[in-house]
Amino acid sequence: MIRTAWLVAAKDLRIEMRSRVLLWQVVPFGVIALLLCGLALGPAHAGNSSAGPGLYYLVMLLVTLLMINRSQGVERSPGTRSSIATLGLDPAGLFLGKSLALAIELWATGLVLLAGAVLVLHTALHGAIVALPSIVVTLAALSAAGTLYGALTAGGEASATLLPVLALPAFAPLLIAGERSFHDALHGGALLGWWVVVVVALVAYVAMGILLYGVLEET
Amino acid sequence: MIKELSQRLLGPVTLVLLALTIWLGLWVTPPDVVQGNLVRLIYVHPSVAWVALYVSFGTATIASALYLWRRTRSMVMDRVAHCAMEVAVVFIALTLITGSIWGRPTWGVWWAWDARLTTTAILGVLALGYLALRRANDDPLLRARRSAVYAVLAAINVPIIHFSVDWWKTLHQGATVFTIGGHLKIHGLQLWTLLLSFVAFTLLFFWLLRARYRLEVRRELASSAQLTDALSTRQREGAQ
Repeated sequence: MIRTAWLVAAKDLRIEMRSRVLLWQVVPFGVIALLLCGLALGPAHAGNSSAGPGLYYLVMLLVTLLMINRSQGVERSPGTRSSIATLGLDPAGLFLGKSLALAIELWATGLVLLAGAVLVLHTALHGAIVALPSIVVTLAALSAAGTLYGALTAGGEASATLLPVLALPAFAPLLIAGERSFHDALHGGALLGWWVVVVVALVAYVAMGILLYGVLEET
Repeated sequence: MIKELSQRLLGPVTLVLLALTIWLGLWVTPPDVVQGNLVRLIYVHPSVAWVALYVSFGTATIASALYLWRRTRSMVMDRVAHCAMEVAVVFIALTLITGSIWGRPTWGVWWAWDARLTTTAILGVLALGYLALRRANDDPLLRARRSAVYAVLAAINVPIIHFSVDWWKTLHQGATVFTIGGHLKIHGLQLWTLLLSFVAFTLLFFWLLRARYRLEVRRELASSAQLTDALSTRQREGAQ
């Protein structure tokens, strides 16, 4: 399972390195979305609002949707799914590999957008650094959940529009927990409670993915 | 014999119990000291929410889990899950509507950013997502597999809703009957009317589920008959 996971993650990351979709499309989209959030708040509020953590996670959710579509898109080319099926790869390993690759991509984007939030929304740098571990775990949970929801909608004609309908309500608890832990990091609150929620969500989604991904890949 | 009798009696018994709940709730039980007549919504809202969150969503989740388990996998389970989720959408909508009707005079707003309200609304969107997912897949087996996985994933939200009043400081009141320590917060005729409403609405769910299931079976039969007709027409055209 672990070997399969490494193989799949390396394959997805290699495709990403060569295509540079993350660098030239996803990150610029995240930056413009962050700027639009600032514009929506208005110049008077954008710099001193406490909405920074919420807006950061909102933009990360939108970015996550794009990246889930991308992650499933690389499997969509003719023959890819049947090739994977004939290779007899462990579905749990497939899920872990795709989740890991997505998590690494999300971490990279999240770091850039965190710097953007510090610059544009004037989020305190020290608080942002304290919030980093919780952001890492929240984005990992998002990637595990996203991989599952991506597989649920893969292949259909309406998959691009169906994915947000299915995934965003499920992401809402993660958005709340992530935002609260980021908020607590900025304002010196108790971090542990929301950390527990995010870690439990991560464990639950990974366990479900290991158990159920095989059902979704059945032919 | 007993099965047939119970199926025939389900509808009339449900209607009698609903009528009894309405009579007791509107005319017999006394108004509340603080809330006045507004308290009468307690004979509708909690029981509708009980059916929405636990009975219908629970039925859909259990049927989906049984579909995912190879030993019990059958299209019957898929059909039960689908029909239960459709009924769940109706009951979740009723839960939010009756809650809003109570919330406007009590809290002063139709909608509050309360943990229980918000998580219930999210559950409603998840249930709608289930129906959208079913419509997006034409292959019956693929549709059954995907929607079963989605229903199991969506069920994570149910315990969050249940414990939301304990985990967060909410406007929504805590449990009245099913409290952690088992201490009832309602007594006498009000308690019995409330319990009767739980039974009546639960039976209403099973009545609706049965009707919807039969409709689904007939729809499948009709579409397969249409397919057979279309194929035989095409074969006749080919022979000519």
